[in-house]
Amino acid sequence: MFYREAGDFKTSYREDSQTFPIKFDRWRFWAVLALAYGVVPIFINDYWANAVFVPFLIYSIAAIGLNILVGYAGQVSLGTGGFMAVGAYACYKLMTAFPEVSIFVHVLLAGGVTAAVGVLFGLPSLRIKGFYLAVATLAAQFFLVWLFNKVPWFYNYSASGQITAPSRQVIGFFVTGAQTTAVSKYLFCLVMLTIVAVLARNLTRGTVGRKWMAIRDMDIAAEIIGVNPLTTKMTAFMVSSFFIGIAGALFFAVYLGAAEVGEAFGIQKSFLILFMVIIGGLGSIFGSFAGAAFLVLLPVLLKNVLVGSLGWPTDLAAHIELMIVGGLIVVFLIAEPHGLAQLWRLTKEKLRLWPFPH
Amino acid sequence: MKMKFTALVAAGMVAAAPAMADLVIPNLSYRTGPYAAGGTPYADGFNDYFTLLNERDGGIGGEKVQVPECETAYNTEKGVECYEATKGNGALVYNPLSTGITYQLIPKVSADHISLYTPGYGRTSAANGKVFEWVFNYPANYWDGASVAITYLLEQNGGSLEGKKIALVYHNSAYGKEPIRTLTDLAKKHGFELTEIPVDHPGQEQKSQWLQIRREKPDYVLMWGWGVMNQVAVQEAANIKFPMENFIGIWWSGSENDVVPAGDGANGYKSLAMHGTGMDYPVYTDMKKYVLDAGKASGAGDQVGSVLYSRGMYAAMVIAEAARKAQEIAGTPAINATQMRDGFENLEITEARMVELGLPNFGQPFAATCADHGGPGAAMVQQWDATTKKWTLVTGFIAPDMEVLDPLVAEDSAAYAKEAGITERCN
Repeated sequence: MFYREAGDFKTSYREDSQTFPIKFDRWRFWAVLALAYGVVPIFINDYWANAVFVPFLIYSIAAIGLNILVGYAGQVSLGTGGFMAVGAYACYKLMTAFPEVSIFVHVLLAGGVTAAVGVLFGLPSLRIKGFYLAVATLAAQFFLVWLFNKVPWFYNYSASGQITAPSRQVIGFFVTGAQTTAVSKYLFCLVMLTIVAVLARNLTRGTVGRKWMAIRDMDIAAEIIGVNPLTTKMTAFMVSSFFIGIAGALFFAVYLGAAEVGEAFGIQKSFLILFMVIIGGLGSIFGSFAGAAFLVLLPVLLKNVLVGSLGWPTDLAAHIELMIVGGLIVVFLIAEPHGLAQLWRLTKEKLRLWPFPH
Repeated sequence: MKMKFTALVAAGMVAAAPAMADLVIPNLSYRTGPYAAGGTPYADGFNDYFTLLNERDGGIGGEKVQVPECETAYNTEKGVECYEATKGNGALVYNPLSTGITYQLIPKVSADHISLYTPGYGRTSAANGKVFEWVFNYPANYWDGASVAITYLLEQNGGSLEGKKIALVYHNSAYGKEPIRTLTDLAKKHGFELTEIPVDHPGQEQKSQWLQIRREKPDYVLMWGWGVMNQVAVQEAANIKFPMENFIGIWWSGSENDVVPAGDGANGYKSLAMHGTGMDYPVYTDMKKYVLDAGKASGAGDQVGSVLYSRGMYAAMVIAEAARKAQEIAGTPAINATQMRDGFENLEITEARMVELGLPNFGQPFAATCADHGGPGAAMVQQWDATTKKWTLVTGFIAPDMEVLDPLVAEDSAAYAKEAGITERCN
């Protein structure tokens, strides 16, 4: 009834090719932004920021980054944890070396450093693909973690090998360090996520994204119609690593405040983010959000319900929680192999016809 | 999707918030994952001691103690979540039993003004109370442990380690890396050669590390291990027939769970101990009466009297004594986190007090001051007897070499103070 193209006339090419062709979607988009920027900051407290929103926002950035590589360009990567570590350590080195520069710039620069490293480790993708590429990126994961453990320069020769984020401000508000308020933490990550999501959405709709998808769908055919595999694959690795680097920098500097490479950026992180992308939906920006929400919020929710409301012992709850999350992943993938994003797509199709399905 | 989850989380949260009252001492524990073997007995001991106080004395100074438990799985992200989830309920002190989580919490507790108590683990330089106002790690820390182990080896070798080779097998994390700086300095002082052998998390695979040890034939092996890594290391050492009496673990590598799986092979393995072990203390009479036999034991109740259970109980005992001191200073039983800190800073545990508590000759006496949050740092050496399945203490308390440690603590805490912009207190 209200969710339809009919009656929504476009009078210019610009309007015709906008991100949300349906009016209801546009309203919804602005409503979500208004809610995220206007309402949530009023009610947020330390617990909501640190246990729910900030990890959700940061994992969303990482999932969008990986989705570009795996979902749009079809290059399987298991190096996400390693690339996040590059972002985190680049951010740390920049923060300590140039304390007067804004942390906002440092986070973007950390993304840039990660992009360079990502391109370097993306080079094998020109020769190998599929599982073989996955193994090559796995090597990146292990190599990077080893490197940050081995070379003391990266952690400024601290006794424990830990990196700790010093206090830094953006326009007068602390966003890293202990004095940071929940609101500034949340808003900083939200701004980053908005930039990343808008950028990713528009990249994937344009020439660059179409080239990625062409390579994903059939690389030989793409090459024949004039898509350069070198630049296409390299841009995919570059953009993906840039986003993942930003996520890594925020993860360390804003969320955790201190990190240890093996623990925070180990192979589990690579898998976690890959699962987010798969469960959310390959090749979908919304899917990245949905996957991140599923894997970040569900465990917190289950923990609160099982331990908090039902009063179960913590160890039992922790085990049951793993089983429930694992079970739900299996159920979702059987019910909808294309991820949560496909459910959303189906809902939209149904909404178009509602309330007269025939 | 997101909205729906948020709504559900909200529902869960509202139901989760416990009533505000009593003395709240959260127990950030881990009973799952590769470190559960260490985390479970510790959490049980910690809980049981407070249950004992509640049941026998009606709490501390008439105030009941609440110990909300939160599972961290030794994971820093979950640790942060647990901290945020529990701090709003008037938490007085945190004891996360994880060096990684401790590093994370140090800036947070300093901003939120809640004490952090990390006996025998955490950031060593937090012993310097001039810089770390809210962190306490008495009675001993990692650098003390490293120095005690070397002092013990010096005694064994007639006062000289010249030309000896000592290998350090360590968990490749903040925890395992802590003693390296001290051992390097001690190596310079005593002329031994130090080989560093890292083992990555979780440490189930150590073949190459022990192959290296077999090849290089060090005279002694020290170990900074935790969780499943300990059991594997002891087993591997037995496999390569390394003389077990020359293999010394830190106090976190010296529980029953670490040596039992290796069977007879583990016989003679040594570890440091910062307190006594076993059920031969008078406190267990009450513990049996009020907690165990009453069916109020934490967890499965099968860990009572083990090394790590004793350590959890010890930590709980120190916290309870600090709370008592805080009540005394504040003049009210309902203390807040700031008053709790004063209790920690003015805490003095004497042997007489330990006897009163039913723990004679259990731990070392110590007294904290504004500048000293680290205690004397002495430790004993215990040895495993595989036939009787018992740890036997082979030395008394050995004091660490403060001549080496003091400058290191001063240097590291000064570096932190500079990074975090802290000016020294207590002057």
